[in-house]
Amino acid sequence: MFRISKKESFSKKEAISYRLIGFLIGIVLSGIIIAALGYPVIKTFISLAEGSFGSAIAIRNTISFLIPLSVTALGLSIAFKMRYWNIGGEGQILMGATAAMGVSMIMPASTPGPLMMIAMLLAGFVGGSVWALIPGFFRIHMKTNETLFTLMMNYLAICFVQYLYFELWKDPAKMGFPGIQDIPFKARIPYVSGVSLAIVAPLIIVILVFFLIKKTKLGYEIRVVGESEPTAHYAGMNVKKIMFVGVLLSGGIVGIAGAVKLMGSTGTLSSSLGGGAGFTAIVIAWLANLSAPMIIVVSFLIAALEQGAQFIQVRMGVPAAVADIVKGLILMSVLGSEFMLRYKVVVGAHGAKNKLDAIPSDKEEVHHVEPIVETKENAL
Amino acid sequence: MIGDFFSATGSLLSIVFSASFIASAIAFSVVMLFGTVGELITERAGHLNLGVEGMMLLGASMGYFAAVRSSSLFLAILFACVGAGFGALLYAILTVTLRVNQNVAGLALSIFGAGLANSLGSKVSNTSTPDNIAKIFKLKPFSLSSPSGPFLTFINKAFLSHNIYVYVAVLVAVVATVFLFKTRAGLELRLTGENTAAADASGIKVTRIKYFYIILGGMLCGIGGLYLPLVQQGSWTSNMTAGQGWLVVALVIFVRWHPIKAIAGAYVFGSLTILGFSVQLNERLSSIPIFNQYIMSMFPYLLTVVVLIAFSFRKKAWPGPKEIGRPYFREER
Repeated sequence: MFRISKKESFSKKEAISYRLIGFLIGIVLSGIIIAALGYPVIKTFISLAEGSFGSAIAIRNTISFLIPLSVTALGLSIAFKMRYWNIGGEGQILMGATAAMGVSMIMPASTPGPLMMIAMLLAGFVGGSVWALIPGFFRIHMKTNETLFTLMMNYLAICFVQYLYFELWKDPAKMGFPGIQDIPFKARIPYVSGVSLAIVAPLIIVILVFFLIKKTKLGYEIRVVGESEPTAHYAGMNVKKIMFVGVLLSGGIVGIAGAVKLMGSTGTLSSSLGGGAGFTAIVIAWLANLSAPMIIVVSFLIAALEQGAQFIQVRMGVPAAVADIVKGLILMSVLGSEFMLRYKVVVGAHGAKNKLDAIPSDKEEVHHVEPIVETKENAL
Repeated sequence: MIGDFFSATGSLLSIVFSASFIASAIAFSVVMLFGTVGELITERAGHLNLGVEGMMLLGASMGYFAAVRSSSLFLAILFACVGAGFGALLYAILTVTLRVNQNVAGLALSIFGAGLANSLGSKVSNTSTPDNIAKIFKLKPFSLSSPSGPFLTFINKAFLSHNIYVYVAVLVAVVATVFLFKTRAGLELRLTGENTAAADASGIKVTRIKYFYIILGGMLCGIGGLYLPLVQQGSWTSNMTAGQGWLVVALVIFVRWHPIKAIAGAYVFGSLTILGFSVQLNERLSSIPIFNQYIMSMFPYLLTVVVLIAFSFRKKAWPGPKEIGRPYFREER
């Protein structure tokens, strides 16, 4: 038969080429599914590209998709580096935006615009990090499963914002219709030749995150915790503190994404402000292998896909949900291609050389059962 | 103040224990019950599949599509299984064979599944369930024609006036329990999820088992999802599972990986989900802030969080199948 063994090492070039192959497989599989749905494949892909890069407006729209996606993915990547499963991006975006909205509502109307903007961004950071630290606290101190906890926090945030939208912060000026007032005009991020200045946010944050992970002690500690918590512990690191700060930064940056979305595009708060960016950003972070500069590149591609999807829906009547098919399949095949990178498959090998490992099963032929390796390593 | 509290509690209890509330909570829990049993079987094989939402939507859209195009209930269920099973197969290839991290693979599946389901569903969004199928689910096979006395009337209205789908869901949970704890195959499944190496060493074909139960679990999620367009709503809406798939993942922990408890668990979650709507209709309660519809819609998620925290307090509590999250490979060193 065949058996699988771990590769000793792989080069960066190999890593990139396997990812590209995975990416292409994902595109091909998407094409097959799109064809099976009865839509013209080539035309759909061309229109996707045209809708995202084909004109100045298209590129601007792509950039406006890029901003929240990349900032969120950068934030999440810090948590993922620690193998802390922060699936709560959507909720942290919403709570960041909620905090920023709240600040804009309580600050006196005479506050200078830049001051209000800074206060709102800070509030966004605080809102996101508090929302992330609630599950973080229980994960750190009681080993509560953070995957599910952060996931639930998304829905709690959505319900909470709906409560604000329909009840507590309902704008009386809307004559009984639900909705929250707009933020003051001076707190809105200006546009320069059609591109929101909010684009500065991912550009600054990518540098900060890159620097944090690669060049600081905390970044090193975060990576060690991600490799192995016990190792970090034996090395004398304060794992709880590292994790606390990591979760705080992760949620805070995601919260900023929410505040920026509020100030740069929506102008008011609603439960759809996140628009699924919290989930899509998870895909981006993993496709980029948690590397900060790569996150910007991948965000651009995924943003193009989302923008292109709007375009094909209007132009060709192909549902925008097709973008999710492409997204999901690309992620699956890139992740799957990692396998070829990390393991090698030996066909026709005769199994273990060490006969001690071989124990007979109840069948007649002899199976070789090697001891399993305890490994934390899995996906990437 | 205290009087208010008691009278509010009284109103709440009278809602919760009314036959019509119980009946709608049961009807509402069908999707989650199928999903919970399916996800539970998957997790018993050592695989946490976060793609439940995607598989439910795949099952719902494919099954409903088949129902609309063929007017055949059999084909509807078959295609719900094919759609959700296909999603589960992708997940199995990724996590069992290619050793991809289970969390990311599950998330990829839920994104892919939602995308495919919403694309396909948009082709049948303006249609309703074919009459011949709708008729089957209008039947209440166990309903008493003339219940005598208030007790029987209550029982009849709350528990016996449901369509066949509801009872099948309960039956599936019972069968899964018997299978899991009373059969050799169930034992092999549990061993695989608890200690894959030991299962492998004892001659169990672990890869085959994992594939089989991941796909079976996915199919059950798909059948659960199909209930939404086919029976509950009678038409397709995009993303119609509305987060129930994620609640299912939480429910599995809530019921401690035990299918019989899933019946009660799904009922609790189902009733919490509809409680907000019911309370809104009651004037006395809807004026109290905590009984606000939007606050109450948080309850299922809050309950999940409380359960997660409560079990992390109990250090001796079984944390679920031990192989969850661990890729298994026979490696030569």
